[in-house]
Amino acid sequence: MQPYELTIHESAELLRDKKISSRELTQSVLDRINAVEDRVSSYITVDADAALACADKADARIAAGEAGPLTGIPAAIKDNICTKDVATTCASKMLENFVPPYDAFVSKRLKDAGAVLVGKANMDEFAMGSSTETSYFKKTRNPYNLDRVPGGSSGGSAAAVAADEAIFALGSDTGGSVRQPASFCSVVGLKPTYGLVSRYGLVAFASSLDQIGPITKDVTDCATVLNAIAGHDAMDSTSVKMDLPDYCSGLNAGVKGKHIGVPTSYLTGARDDVRKCVENAIAVYRSLGAEVEECDLSSTDYALPAYYIISSAEASSNLARFDGVKYGYRTENFDSLTELYCNTRAEGFGSEVKRRIMLGTYALSSGYYDAYYKKALQARTLIKRNFDEAFAKFDALLTPAYPTTAFSVGEKANNPVEMYAGDLCTVSVNIAGLPAIVLPGGFGTDGMPIGIQLIGNAFSEQTLLGTAYALEQNTDAHTVRPTL
Amino acid sequence: MKITKEEILHVAQLARLRLSDAEMDELNMEGVIGFANQLSELNLDEVEPTNHVSDVYNVLRADEVKPSFDRDDILKNAPSKERGCVLVPKVVD
Repeated sequence: MQPYELTIHESAELLRDKKISSRELTQSVLDRINAVEDRVSSYITVDADAALACADKADARIAAGEAGPLTGIPAAIKDNICTKDVATTCASKMLENFVPPYDAFVSKRLKDAGAVLVGKANMDEFAMGSSTETSYFKKTRNPYNLDRVPGGSSGGSAAAVAADEAIFALGSDTGGSVRQPASFCSVVGLKPTYGLVSRYGLVAFASSLDQIGPITKDVTDCATVLNAIAGHDAMDSTSVKMDLPDYCSGLNAGVKGKHIGVPTSYLTGARDDVRKCVENAIAVYRSLGAEVEECDLSSTDYALPAYYIISSAEASSNLARFDGVKYGYRTENFDSLTELYCNTRAEGFGSEVKRRIMLGTYALSSGYYDAYYKKALQARTLIKRNFDEAFAKFDALLTPAYPTTAFSVGEKANNPVEMYAGDLCTVSVNIAGLPAIVLPGGFGTDGMPIGIQLIGNAFSEQTLLGTAYALEQNTDAHTVRPTL
Repeated sequence: MKITKEEILHVAQLARLRLSDAEMDELNMEGVIGFANQLSELNLDEVEPTNHVSDVYNVLRADEVKPSFDRDDILKNAPSKERGCVLVPKVVD
């Protein structure tokens, strides 16, 4: 076994026992990047020298007996999360040369924990997309089949972890952007409850929906990273103040007597092999003593249009800041300030970003506000209510993460409506602000990974992780690795 | 649903985007707005809108003077600058 194949908890044990140094582990991950990156293209930026310098500091900390569970562990961070003095591009021409003068809250937390930043992961431009094909720089490939997409928008983060180009990664999830790529690449992805993880330093897409979450090789690692990044931050006014549990402590709680709901509406559109994987997970839970029942979640039927209206409306407002004045790209063709704005934005944004800005501006514009934006917020009330009813009865809900396995590169690239329609299992979770985890559930008839999603009530991450851990420990999908 | 070219150009102007004819076709705004328009089938007149799911309101802090970012550090990312200021085209005649 090569060091780059290790999980966080396996690496931490070897580091603590001095069987490996962080420098050796980091070098192993860097060698792996050199070997596979030209095929997978997970990263926009890799800084080997900085990573090794950071590894040396971690080794000193380990030698001093001051190591934590993430000290010395090589990680990737999605390129919409600010990292001080390291380019943060959002995979856009608009921010190609942007170097943040500060760390995002989560970047700071990882650095304080002694994690080693290996590089910044590729993504859909401004996190808008479900395939990592809208990146201005490159298309990331699925490590299980290089002709398939890795999912998106955190496709670089998920592919990096699946291809062993990082021990773990951070992504961001506005409508499924951590969970859907986790599903496509057979890794674990968590979207925490809205407000659990600070968004300070995350380049805003849709502020009422965005959350940062871990992408890891197993559920234990997911809990470990969540421990490091959760918590109150005065710099994010939506960050909640509450006592947090140790998320690693509830993993062994088991599911005996737990009530798990299966929303039938999430299965109707799913492909047969995906449905079979869900049925297999249901059987495992029943064998472990959980009570699994069908559950009505029909109000989420209109979650997709509501999601695309709310997220695009918020994006059109958030992205107004990219005007070529204070930072980012500036056009060379202008005679007036208005021309400076219009040409900067025309040249700096890609098609998908323009499409969302246009949809959002349309939905907020005079005459259409009530028919689109207000209606979407009203639909959100119904979706939230429907989840509240479900969680009065169930501890967790079990669904597919996506109706199919990873689609082919280019397959949906020119059909935005078809691309949007795929997100039906994930968007309602963001609309209601709930936590959800995706973990490997098996493989489809095409040999591609299928993810199982578990949705929990607000701030029930500990239960959710325990429920996921029970499934992981009683199935073997997570032991399969891609051949590269 | 039908969206006219004039409507698209109006929205683009509101968003400060310049769009070519080819781009307008590529964006498929009719399809995308039609997708969003699925909500029109619902009668939601009696339902309160939810702007935000969390219970956090009006987070305040003490108004204290604290050191902020260094001006030169912030200006490093400015596309055009002069004497410690961001440079923009002339706005007022």
